[in-house]
Amino acid sequence: MDQKELREQENRCIQEQAPACTAACPVHVDVRAMIAKIAEGDFAAALNLYRKAVPFPGIISHICDQPCQAACLRKDLGGPIEIAALERACLDFGSQGLEPVKALPRKAKKVAVIGAGISGLTVAFDLARKGWGVVVYDASDRIGGGLWKTPPDLLPRDVLVNDLRVFDELNVEFRLNTTVGRKGGNGHSTFLARLCEEYDAVYLSTGPNVSELPDLELDEYGKVAVDPQTFQTSQSGVFAGGDVLRVSVNYPDEELKHSAVLSISDGRRAAVSIDRYLQRVSLTASRANEGPYETRLYTNTSGIEPCPPLVTTDLTTHYSREVAETEAARCIQCECLECVKVCEYLAHYKGYPKKYMREVYNNLSIVMGTRHANQFINTCALCGLCAEVCPTDVDMGVICHNAREQMVEQKRMPPSAHDFALRDMAFSNGEKFALSRNAPGFETSTYVFFPGCQLSASSPGYVEKAYQFLRDVFPDEGVGLMLRCCGAPADWAGRKDLYTASQAEFYTAYEQMGRPKLVLACSSCYQSFKTHAPDIEILSFWELFDQYGPQQLGDRKSHAPVAVHDPCSTRYEARIQDAVRNILKKMGCVIEELPLSREKTECCSYGGLMWLANRPVAEKVVQRRIAESKQDYVTYCAMCRDFFARRGKRTLHLLDLIYGAPGDDAAAAPPVGFSQRHENRARLKAKLLSELWSETMPDQQAFESIRLIIPEPVQQIIEDRLILVEDVQKVIEYAERTGKRMYNTANGHFLAYYKPNTVTYWVEYTPQEGAFLIHKAYSHRMEIGLGG
Amino acid sequence: MSQYVDLSAYENWTCANCGQPLQPGKVDISYMGNSFQVELLRCPNCGLVLIPEELALGKMAEVEKALEDK
Repeated sequence: MDQKELREQENRCIQEQAPACTAACPVHVDVRAMIAKIAEGDFAAALNLYRKAVPFPGIISHICDQPCQAACLRKDLGGPIEIAALERACLDFGSQGLEPVKALPRKAKKVAVIGAGISGLTVAFDLARKGWGVVVYDASDRIGGGLWKTPPDLLPRDVLVNDLRVFDELNVEFRLNTTVGRKGGNGHSTFLARLCEEYDAVYLSTGPNVSELPDLELDEYGKVAVDPQTFQTSQSGVFAGGDVLRVSVNYPDEELKHSAVLSISDGRRAAVSIDRYLQRVSLTASRANEGPYETRLYTNTSGIEPCPPLVTTDLTTHYSREVAETEAARCIQCECLECVKVCEYLAHYKGYPKKYMREVYNNLSIVMGTRHANQFINTCALCGLCAEVCPTDVDMGVICHNAREQMVEQKRMPPSAHDFALRDMAFSNGEKFALSRNAPGFETSTYVFFPGCQLSASSPGYVEKAYQFLRDVFPDEGVGLMLRCCGAPADWAGRKDLYTASQAEFYTAYEQMGRPKLVLACSSCYQSFKTHAPDIEILSFWELFDQYGPQQLGDRKSHAPVAVHDPCSTRYEARIQDAVRNILKKMGCVIEELPLSREKTECCSYGGLMWLANRPVAEKVVQRRIAESKQDYVTYCAMCRDFFARRGKRTLHLLDLIYGAPGDDAAAAPPVGFSQRHENRARLKAKLLSELWSETMPDQQAFESIRLIIPEPVQQIIEDRLILVEDVQKVIEYAERTGKRMYNTANGHFLAYYKPNTVTYWVEYTPQEGAFLIHKAYSHRMEIGLGG
Repeated sequence: MSQYVDLSAYENWTCANCGQPLQPGKVDISYMGNSFQVELLRCPNCGLVLIPEELALGKMAEVEKALEDK
């Protein structure tokens, strides 16, 4: 991804878009931040935010026509926020904290501003602060123009005068009682022509007087023609704004639609153009979203209660501090964060996709130094919930998955990140578990049952029963069996190489069986084949069971309702989700839907190998999910079931309800540990080989005959440290065979280490009656070299 | 790295193969192309090294993580 693609991706995340009020405001007051400060009671900070956008805060807060209110999302939830009243409160209670106006050092070029109304004064204010020389002409004897025509009860004169005092601090020259008109002087035909000669740029803000400007081209409606983006007139270096643009030559025989805030906006935008014109840089570059526009920001208001303002206001209302703070607290503080609200992972890192995308990009681009986003990238469950709830379909899963593939290609993937899961996959695709057979007595298969490595690890007995069910349903078609891993862990880890190798092995066996229809019980396998093997016809075991299984499955009506947890890999598999619910209904189950289910379901933290890459975040994810209902959960993924059960959440696998022994409290069954998962897979293969095909397993390796005694607390610790029983056996077999071990003269323990793969395992043990009592086991990845 | 572990707590360990008490000595440990010399207990005869549990799970794990993110 290059910078351009990054920006395109980033721009799809709308969190940083302005709230509706700010976008509707011609000068883009940061209303949200200002109101947040008021709600905190910090009126001075609020006023400084306001003044950033509005050079004359007293005047505008008294006469603003408030286009923000029409856009406010509170509009239909009690009424729009009283924004102008809050702005006045900023002045009433925060003026002492107003920061002084700063100006850059004086530059040589100078600008003439014609007309000292609010638009012209804005240009004078902005350009003087930039250091340009500014001379303001006005026909009257005072500055303020049309502002003086505003009724004093609406715009108190002290407020007006006070705001105009800002020019005492700025280097602006006023030439009053000077009429701009057709008379030029100094040898010029018009006054404007003379100013163009004497100044480097001119801003025309003459109020509603078009006919006095003979030098300028008019548009088809008889109005002064300006570039709508730059406010430059037909004459280079001459800009115009304010009421002069809002009337035609027919004025006063037409209505003047005056808006003070729009006049300020014109002035600000023209001042940007003039500044650029004087600097001789592009007038048009990067000028998106100036003036009022419609924001792309989405804010979900569904959970927000209607709440009217304490007092209704008009432009003369002044709040007390308390009422202002109460009104400010009504502000919704519009933002999107739809994805962050539903994802503990995205919330944990305290940002949002736009920010995260930049961090991922930087992480991939860095040449020297620490890659701070490695763990962020590896923590995503790749579950797709963010994209489902995102108004613009931003999918952090796709971004993180691509990043992982790139990290692997760059040889920068932390070796420990996914190692355990990849070795588990290697086990499942090795001789201990991998198996492909046509049904006994068949030379080819019409169907092949692919139960998946994790269901076989958690519930090998159910795999046998499910396979029997399929052979009973299709007695003449030939239902083969394939035991192995689908490759999902390699895919999640960004290991295309391992995935491709695994898939090649799968295809070899699959072709030999005659390209049967693949019956999948695990939804991760289902997604894996759906995505990477589109040429294969895949079927869900659950759909087949719904269709061909018993139509009456006992009566659980007297039981408490169950809450269905859809595995995240079924997000868009409504048919599988429906089949599961149908099966539950046939059992008489009363189903409770979780607040986030079906296409909005959450990951259990196994997805994307989150649980391995970041245990604290995975814990938050799983805890959130299990807290969503007090009912027993029913799911149809072995890992979801085990992950919930590990935290004490009563959870059933759907097969518990189908094949579980009556009377068993399967929901309370403990999860199956990592070592036992290997054991269960190997035993399943051995049992099926023996019972169905009268075959035996390959010979055992030497370490497998090492008998261990592992006390329960030690078992828990080594499970937590991701050390398998077979790793412990390998260490002891090596130590006892080679004699390379240490002996503790005080307690009689032996200590040995061995590195069967990328990890060095340590075991402290005592031989005991032909077996070995294990005291502790630990591991590291650093390699022990020779002594110095 | 040896300052993160008190080697005196391991003085009862001997090399079972050579029958000799372990003695402090410099040992090279390396990861991802980075190498460090660490004072650890080792057999003066065959070079068998003792890496204590608290070192493996503490400072070593920390350094592994830091090197993986480099």
